[in-house]
Amino acid sequence: MEAAKPKSGGARLCSFCNLRKPALKRPKTLHQICRECFYDVFEDEIHNCIVENQLFKRGERVAIGASGGKDSTVLAYVLSELNRRHNYGLDLFLLSIDEGITGYRDDSLETVKRNELQYGLPLKVVSYKDLYGWTMDEIVKMIGLKNNCTFCGVFRRQALDRGAAMLKVDKLVTGHNADDIAETVLLNILRGDIARLSRCTSITTGEDGPIPRCKPFKYTYEKEIVMYAYFKRLDYFSTECIYSPNAYRGFAREFIKDLERIRPRAILDIIKSGENFRIATSTKMPEQGTCERCGYISSQKWCKACVLLDGLNRGLPKLGIGRSRGHDNDESIKDVKHMTGSKEVQGKPCGTLDF
Amino acid sequence: MSCGKASCQSGGCSNYDDEQPLSPTRPPVTITPNGSVNISGDRRQLPSNPNICIKCKLNDAIGGRFGGGDDGRFCKDCFRGSLFGKFRFSVTSTGMISPSEKVLVAFSAGPCSRVALQFVHEMQDKAHKNFEASRDKSLPVFGVGVVFVDESAARCVPSAESDEAIQHIKNVLSDLAAPEKLLHIAPLESIYALNPADGREKLRRLLDAIGDNTGKEDFLMHLRMLCLQKVAVENGYTQLVLGTCTSTIARHVLTATVKGQGYSLPADIQYVDARWPVPVLLPLRDCLAREVSLLCELDGLKTLAMVNGPQSGINALVSSFVSLLQEENPSRECTIVRTAGKLTPFSFNRLPDVDDPKARLASQRRQKRFNIKSDEHTPPESFCSLCNSPLHASDSSSLGSFSDEQQSAESFGAACCSSCRFQILPDDSLSMDQFYGLLPQPIMSRAAICNSFINQRLLREKIQDFLLSDSEDGG
Repeated sequence: MEAAKPKSGGARLCSFCNLRKPALKRPKTLHQICRECFYDVFEDEIHNCIVENQLFKRGERVAIGASGGKDSTVLAYVLSELNRRHNYGLDLFLLSIDEGITGYRDDSLETVKRNELQYGLPLKVVSYKDLYGWTMDEIVKMIGLKNNCTFCGVFRRQALDRGAAMLKVDKLVTGHNADDIAETVLLNILRGDIARLSRCTSITTGEDGPIPRCKPFKYTYEKEIVMYAYFKRLDYFSTECIYSPNAYRGFAREFIKDLERIRPRAILDIIKSGENFRIATSTKMPEQGTCERCGYISSQKWCKACVLLDGLNRGLPKLGIGRSRGHDNDESIKDVKHMTGSKEVQGKPCGTLDF
Repeated sequence: MSCGKASCQSGGCSNYDDEQPLSPTRPPVTITPNGSVNISGDRRQLPSNPNICIKCKLNDAIGGRFGGGDDGRFCKDCFRGSLFGKFRFSVTSTGMISPSEKVLVAFSAGPCSRVALQFVHEMQDKAHKNFEASRDKSLPVFGVGVVFVDESAARCVPSAESDEAIQHIKNVLSDLAAPEKLLHIAPLESIYALNPADGREKLRRLLDAIGDNTGKEDFLMHLRMLCLQKVAVENGYTQLVLGTCTSTIARHVLTATVKGQGYSLPADIQYVDARWPVPVLLPLRDCLAREVSLLCELDGLKTLAMVNGPQSGINALVSSFVSLLQEENPSRECTIVRTAGKLTPFSFNRLPDVDDPKARLASQRRQKRFNIKSDEHTPPESFCSLCNSPLHASDSSSLGSFSDEQQSAESFGAACCSSCRFQILPDDSLSMDQFYGLLPQPIMSRAAICNSFINQRLLREKIQDFLLSDSEDGG
């Protein structure tokens, strides 16, 4: 997975096939190649990544977390293509979460619905409103634009697991790309989170839980994903979440982009560093139990989603935000909405990444 | 005098305040058994002046002019004590600088090495006074030397500038009180056993062969270390002190991560790095650059700015990124270093145990030595021939193909870490041969040792099934 240095020279032909005129400079290696070779090398790298890491087994049902954005759209396209070409024997599904953000998610869901037809993949949409009784619009109305991403992130993780359980899939794949993972490595260093630092580069997480998650784009550069979507004229939705601005992540992302400009290979090097860090195996995660209220996996009495939801329903939305751990309040279990979705659902956290 | 609280973070309230020199106005402070502070009979009354030192609650804090942070809330003496305390903690906890040592301080005339020199000097001064006062003269005083690496050959600085720096260093040393410290001026080209002009020329050609700016900077740092080691070995020094501070280490953590050196990173950021012939010590590891500069300013320690010139490429980018983060949160550098501090160090990250009764006596009189945790049961590491960083299994796997005893440019390249291969070694084999021919002797001999070590390991793997013991001698 190492980026070779670009070959300089006056060759006016694609540096791979030496037949056609180069159409682009490959972001990962700066090689000048033609469009066909770019498709080949892009798809082959993902195929090799899948095979080398044994991400799937024949006959498995696999849900693709689909937001309608570029990463998940390209993932859905490439995965269904590879599944056909290399005969993986997978049953693929699209799984979307409707957070209830007017002007953002409703539009992007339209894209996913078109993808459903274009790629012939069955789609399942799970909404916050159905699962929790609240849309993000309602939550933001109540708590404002601070901390809203905490709610959305916690709810989404659980919603994905519940949706995957409804589809009865064996695995969930997400469109996290190399840039995302490099960024997470840096963020975990900056915040001193050694436990997450040790896990955030694993390609598959939650293998001991019922629904493992994996990231086939672990070594795929964001720029190449955009390039692929552009040349293939894939139908995707490219608007930022209207509630999303997050300065902290922004810093790190910008830093990665600057690094990439100086040395494209830096992204892969950060991932390599993350994989090779000498972290004592004794750095353990808290013991996993199940939430007493909804049955979701949790290290505390109640899972984070239930704590947050309880706060919302009681009109105390600050509850559960910040550093306080756990929830020792027993009396408040009465007026909560009963959640839909199967109670036996369990999943394991996959790190800090947002879907 | 101790604040008595285990949670105290000031770093200055460990139990050797009596060893803090240069504090003429020590207030009459007493401490009650429960840890609260009595100042001249006043019972902890809240200071009416908000700008009062949070530790001694007597003098004005230095704050204000120097911006936020804890250092601004101390008075001059307490701030000084806290910084010296961090230095003393690293010295005592790792058992560095014991009485029988001869310590070489790497001095660039910048703030960090200036403070390192000052603290080592004060320690020596104190030890000297104790020696004079003690009846049995049982503990000798450790020796101190100072080395300046003149990199003008590599950086194309006019010779007037480096002459000025050398004059400055001589002045600094002559201003320090006895015992006298020997000064070594080591031109970088002295790593070649050639006459200076030829050495300069060869060094220039070697550096010119490196295309990548970041690679060139990093390689220059390796060469500087070689040069320091050479001076230390030739003059019989037993320890080498660097002025590397928290801020520098924080930047190194990120640059190493970005260059894919995550595996070897913990080797570089501990108090002790004994993979070199003369162990390298970083006693200022817990001090921030901001604090160090502040101390220089308060104590009137003269420094020279940027003798080494500005950085570029990845190193500069990381540096400005960390500065940006530091602005947003003043403790960010500490957090970065703390995270990296949780990575497992290597077996060479502590001083080798020497059976020296004097050292034992000294350590009995000092605080308890902390034992650094490292995985002792892993086999000895193999090291990159170029930068001497421990190799990860994925890097050293390519070594197997070169099992011949004869070293070549190709086998040398294969024994380097992937980061050096990418950013330092030339691409094509012709330039690689040239580059290889220009390498100084210390690198070549280290590569030869590395090579024979790998050969030994390969041979061992072949006969593994027939060996009855895991130890090297088969006993």
